[in-house]
Amino acid sequence: MGAFLLRRIAVMLATALCLTFVVFVLTNLQPNLEKVARTQGNARMTDAEVASWLDARGYDRNVFVKYGEWLGVVPGYVARDGDGVQGRCFGQAAEVPSGASRFCGVLQGSWGYSTVFREDVSTIVATRLGLTGKLMAWTLALMVPSALVLGVLAGMREGSRTDRALSSVSILSTATPEYVSGVILITVFASSAAGLGWFKGTAASAMEDATFWNFFLPVLTIALYGMGYIARMTRASMAEVMTSQYIRTARLKGVRFRDVVLRHALRNALIAPFTVIMLQFPWLLNGVVIVETLFNYKGFGWTLVQAAGNNDIELLLAVSVVSVVVVLATQLVSDIGYVWLNPRISVT
Amino acid sequence: MDALSWTGALAPFLPVLAALACLAAALVVGRGVADAVPGAGGGLARGLDRASLWAVAGLAGALVLFLVAAIALGTGAGIAGGVARRLLPVWAALVVVLGLSRLFRRRLGLYGKLFDSPIGVTGFALVLFWAVTALLGALDLIVTFDPLGQSGAMKNEGPGTPFTLMVGEAPGGSYPAYLLGGDNLGRDVFSRMIAGAWTVVQIAPLATAFSFMVGITLGLPAAYFGGRLDMGLTFLANLILAFPVILLFYLLVTPEIVATGLPTYMAMVLFVFPIVFVAVLLNARYRTRPRLRPALLAGVILGMGWLYLSLLSDRLGPVTILPAPLDLFDVPGGILVVFVAVVFVNAPTVFRIVRGIALDVKTRDYVAAARTRGEGPWYVMLWEILPNARGPLIVDFCLRVGYTTILLGTLGFFGLGLPPESPDWGSTINEGRKLLAIYPHPALAPALALLSLVLGLNLLADGLREESLRD
Repeated sequence: MGAFLLRRIAVMLATALCLTFVVFVLTNLQPNLEKVARTQGNARMTDAEVASWLDARGYDRNVFVKYGEWLGVVPGYVARDGDGVQGRCFGQAAEVPSGASRFCGVLQGSWGYSTVFREDVSTIVATRLGLTGKLMAWTLALMVPSALVLGVLAGMREGSRTDRALSSVSILSTATPEYVSGVILITVFASSAAGLGWFKGTAASAMEDATFWNFFLPVLTIALYGMGYIARMTRASMAEVMTSQYIRTARLKGVRFRDVVLRHALRNALIAPFTVIMLQFPWLLNGVVIVETLFNYKGFGWTLVQAAGNNDIELLLAVSVVSVVVVLATQLVSDIGYVWLNPRISVT
Repeated sequence: MDALSWTGALAPFLPVLAALACLAAALVVGRGVADAVPGAGGGLARGLDRASLWAVAGLAGALVLFLVAAIALGTGAGIAGGVARRLLPVWAALVVVLGLSRLFRRRLGLYGKLFDSPIGVTGFALVLFWAVTALLGALDLIVTFDPLGQSGAMKNEGPGTPFTLMVGEAPGGSYPAYLLGGDNLGRDVFSRMIAGAWTVVQIAPLATAFSFMVGITLGLPAAYFGGRLDMGLTFLANLILAFPVILLFYLLVTPEIVATGLPTYMAMVLFVFPIVFVAVLLNARYRTRPRLRPALLAGVILGMGWLYLSLLSDRLGPVTILPAPLDLFDVPGGILVVFVAVVFVNAPTVFRIVRGIALDVKTRDYVAAARTRGEGPWYVMLWEILPNARGPLIVDFCLRVGYTTILLGTLGFFGLGLPPESPDWGSTINEGRKLLAIYPHPALAPALALLSLVLGLNLLADGLREESLRD
């Protein structure tokens, strides 16, 4: 088990390194840098001015060196000009400050500075993640129980009318991406002109003070898309368990159907959905981006869109690190959980 | 002329339809409850069963009658009639194709068996509806107005508003009304929805097919040879899958990146795979026929190579390989970029699926038999393993076309790739969502269209899975 964990963590680190490097290279392509210069400096700069702007801020160097600086394995750049010195680790100053460290990258805990929000990346990511965490938590609290109930009810009598009806519901929910269900839900429940006007069509106020009326629609929108998939997996797993020998034995012994389902079948049937729920996290992340954009909820997904749309290099890198860690960590938890829940499987 | 109502002259029949629908729903739910409650009487369940079947059949019949009446009355039956009449060629094509297929279903293999499963037929009908609509829409048979044409007087007007221009008279012979209303620039929502279907029908199946070729060409050897190759490819696939899709789209499809030519270079790599796939496929099959093989291979590689080069070289783009007279066609700006992004996102998942199935099939006896009689590795992979993996792959193909449609919508929703005035569903939803609370109709029409197409594909996949498992 130890070796398995170590190997998985090594792969995880390698993946994170490769991924951040790819993001780094793509965001540091020349046209993207020019865009940064034009949005940060002046939109009407000439090409020569853009070049000198980039040069003065250390953008105009080898991409490997810059990546090393971001990572914290290469000393941060220091450039002297007429007014003083400018460095990655201390900003603008008259002279190099005595206490300034030579390295300042992710390894030293410095995530850099966001050019769009004009704030430290670490504070932005922390606050935004907190907001998205709230959204995610409510989504999971709504999605997982309803999906499990749907799947268990459909799977306990495979092929019955109930099964067909509930399976159609889950197919419908997997066929409705967030931007479609969001539009429909807003029209029906939030639009005062055409719909019922019960809920608020935007979740901007939910960032400070989430109530049922401003937070339920975004939560429901994310939950609907993921629910169908988990329900179908639960149904398949439940249907398989219900045909197994020990269930038949229990039935023949005269145990009531309800007790068979609740006491005997349920526990074994929930192993597969557990891994599926874990693997749903990356998809939830996607849904979060769409829903936060649609409902104007300024969380992590909204930050991703802002960072990517404005080529905010360091913020984008931090966002990618966080998302890749979420993806890989949930994979790891799903593997470990699978082994832990099911003693017949071994990873070694 | 007054604004059209939703059902016009057919309005009195609506309560009848609603009552039938309520009755059918109540009976079906009651049947489900009787099913779930243990110990419910068998007689009651059987009675409910028959009643609910009749109610559903009656509802379907009433709907068909309603549709026929709407087609006959045209705009006399309001918006429903106008839309139904415009879609008349689609109904005709649907009736012909579904009727013929049902008649000859015993001779049509897996496709024919689909007609035994109500879910599969429903899905197939939905998919066929959109495919035919898109095709006929592209032939200019269905759209009522130019999808890009604007009218200042029609801005955000509701469904059924008579068509007028801000200045001057509407030209004679133009359609009398905006059937589904106008959007924020005064364009016809109905025509844009139909035109948007063509974008999806053009890109989604083809992009999915390309992802499958990439996934199969890499997944089969990874599973068959294993070792370093497998490790490397799996790592690469997992790397791409670890990217959040939307981040990947933002990194690949923004105008700045397109200006560097990166998508075109990726297209150069990804579009080689179909050529490799077909060449290896034929080479493995005809290895034993030395007279046929070189000619066949040369023909295939030259033909597909020419298509490949025409696809890539672009008179305005970053790559100019072919001289203009030899360049067969140009792909319009955003489409190639969107296509590449979608293939790139889908291919790793297909790779994982193919690899998983191939790892399983590889241990079968017929594979060992083929190896023993001295077949080469590529023959075993492409002519022994692949045909035996086709069932799950066909089902996944349907699901994946649906997922690709969702991805295309996502791209449009974030305003990436296609030009902003493009009528594709994602871009239209994106534009409509800004005024969603006041004027929902411009976003609602494409949203429902996308929903019904993806639902159709999922139902079709479900039907196919059920029927192929029954063998």
